[in-house]
Amino acid sequence: MNQQQMPSEGFWSRLINIDRRWIYLVIGIVVFIPILFPIGLPVQVTKEVQNVYDRIDSLKAGSIIMIPMEYDPATMAELQPMAYAILRHCFSKGIKVISTALQIEGVTIIKNDLELIAAEYGRKYGEDYVFLGYKPYPGIVILNMGEDFRKPFPRDYYGNLLDSLPMMAGVYNYSSCAMIVNINATSGVDYWINYAHTRYGAPLAIGVTAVMATDYYAFLSSNQIFGLIGGLKGAAEYEKLINHPGLAMRAMDVQSIAHSVIVIFIIVGNIAYFSSRKKKG
Amino acid sequence: MEQVSLGTVLWYTLGAYLTLSIFSFLYKDNPFYRLAEHLIVGLSAGYWIAVLYHQSLVALWLEPLTNGFKALVTPGGSFMSEFGRFFLSVIPGIGGLIMFTRFFSKISWLSRWPIAFYLAISAGVALPLYLQSFTVEQMRASMIPLGGSISAVLKDLIVIIGTICGLTYFYFSMEHKGIVGGMARFGVWILMIGFGSTFGYTVMSRISLLIGRFRFLIDWVNQIAGYLK
Amino acid sequence: MKREIPLLIVLVFGVFMAFQYFVPHRISSNIYQEFNNWTIIIGIFTMVIGIASLLSVHYSKIRFRKEGWGYSFVTIISLIGMAGLGLFGGMENDLFIHFYRFGLSPVTATMFALLAFFIASAAYRAFRARTVLSTLLLLAAVIVMLGRVPIGEIISGWLPEPLQLSKISEFLLYVPNTAAKRTIYIGVGLGVAAVSLKIILGIERTWLGGDGK
Repeated sequence: MNQQQMPSEGFWSRLINIDRRWIYLVIGIVVFIPILFPIGLPVQVTKEVQNVYDRIDSLKAGSIIMIPMEYDPATMAELQPMAYAILRHCFSKGIKVISTALQIEGVTIIKNDLELIAAEYGRKYGEDYVFLGYKPYPGIVILNMGEDFRKPFPRDYYGNLLDSLPMMAGVYNYSSCAMIVNINATSGVDYWINYAHTRYGAPLAIGVTAVMATDYYAFLSSNQIFGLIGGLKGAAEYEKLINHPGLAMRAMDVQSIAHSVIVIFIIVGNIAYFSSRKKKG
Repeated sequence: MEQVSLGTVLWYTLGAYLTLSIFSFLYKDNPFYRLAEHLIVGLSAGYWIAVLYHQSLVALWLEPLTNGFKALVTPGGSFMSEFGRFFLSVIPGIGGLIMFTRFFSKISWLSRWPIAFYLAISAGVALPLYLQSFTVEQMRASMIPLGGSISAVLKDLIVIIGTICGLTYFYFSMEHKGIVGGMARFGVWILMIGFGSTFGYTVMSRISLLIGRFRFLIDWVNQIAGYLK
Repeated sequence: MKREIPLLIVLVFGVFMAFQYFVPHRISSNIYQEFNNWTIIIGIFTMVIGIASLLSVHYSKIRFRKEGWGYSFVTIISLIGMAGLGLFGGMENDLFIHFYRFGLSPVTATMFALLAFFIASAAYRAFRARTVLSTLLLLAAVIVMLGRVPIGEIISGWLPEPLQLSKISEFLLYVPNTAAKRTIYIGVGLGVAAVSLKIILGIERTWLGGDGK
């Protein structure tokens, strides 16, 4: 055996079999440091996000948009910045918002998010926005809302009869809304596409987690949705469009560095793998 | 800046403790992690009970039921229509209560009735709509006229051919050889590019969640610093 | 009787709901809405059963001193506490909101944040360009990972537009990814229709459970 080959053979094997906790540590450092020391990398806007912005921006004050939000603490980090950006856009233009929270663990977060952003623009509950709350079985609820909001939601989250809210006068179902912008971390997006759009013809845009985003390009292409905001990157793009940099834009530095490190991991892992195989061969 | 209260610091410390307990799993499984894990199961279930009661049961069933009963026992009005409305409120409640027969083996077969109803509604609704939305609309989007610039035509062609070849890959009633085999092979390549794109976005998604947690820990430290000032 | 009545329920209501889509008449729509509401109400009770089942499992662990039974105390106490706070104090109750915000929320969020570490580890240890297919997958992943974040612009912004990572990743998402997902959705639509039809017609009976006794 060639004595000179042995040390590098051990090196590549050691590299492949490194304790995974070292990898965790590197990822932890690589994500943590840029949060403390942001760089401010520029964000490019994609056309699928631009479409959502343009459609909302074209609406006049007093128009009604439905923004159902279905995220919970697990996916809040990705979708909350998106929700904030869209709500800011709507409230700044005087567009009225109807919202639901059809995912049970997100009800409290979404209620707080609506109240927080509405207060920033001095918007009043019942006049400028309405929060319907939660009901189980989102598919069935979405179908029923297509006929009449009052059927699945006789009262709003706070217990008010819908007919007692000034904003809901003459507002019955999706046809009373200019569009639906669904912010969703669950497979319930399919219900909005299949039921709200296909059955009731509601113009629909979706904001989803990055994991789900690639699945919905097919619906963008078939014009079943007119816009798609994917993950924290999509949220950063929307923040740029409304000229209100927030958590998402600041996170793009972290994303950039973390992705680069993971690509380096993939490359090093493959080099180590093929080198150790070559040595064995 | 508003003065931070001790109560706020303590609540943030609870959140930070639980966050670090879960992170400790990265080193190895330990009692702190197990405790946090079991705590979340209980808190989550308790939260569900509260939301289901306040947001759903009261508004959709209890209130219509009591209103219907009040209307029935109050003189005046059409008895038949009031009874009809009351009866309509009672039926789903009975259906729901029948579900609890699952806990009693001798009469658990009764729970099949509300399950059957739920399945019927879900299946009946899904049948035309999923077919229309997922299949027909997607096929319609693939039957597009080829026009415009060369790059637009090429892109559309790749989508159409990719879709047909992808479907060929999943068609197992014919052996994948010859032209069919070639189409299936190309279909797999297209699928792999799709899955690769999904993986790339998945990495983005997971890192985003980690950013959120680190931000919370930084907020916790800021709260302590704010309190101590 | 024990199997026939449920199958009849599925057939009658399933056919009605499927055909209702094509019948826009007001009476049909009213009945449809009422049935949907009944489903939601039944669903509430079903979810309560799930919670009761959870309590039963943990109670059994405590009673028979199974491994980790001490933790089951934590589960039951936190369940009863949170439910009590919410039911009697209301959802706007301060303590209820604080336990949600600083108890439930951090743990749920952190559980999912752990995935970032696992995906990095998986990328390093398992993501190998062994075959043509895995190489394609890997390349697409790397291009999208870099192309969709600002660093892609920094790395490749100086190249001609068709060669920039952001443009290539856009192409990958709008073209082959769309074709791939379209294939899957066409199949899913057919699958859902087939399973729904099987359930309605009583061909699919696994939901009935045991032998009907």
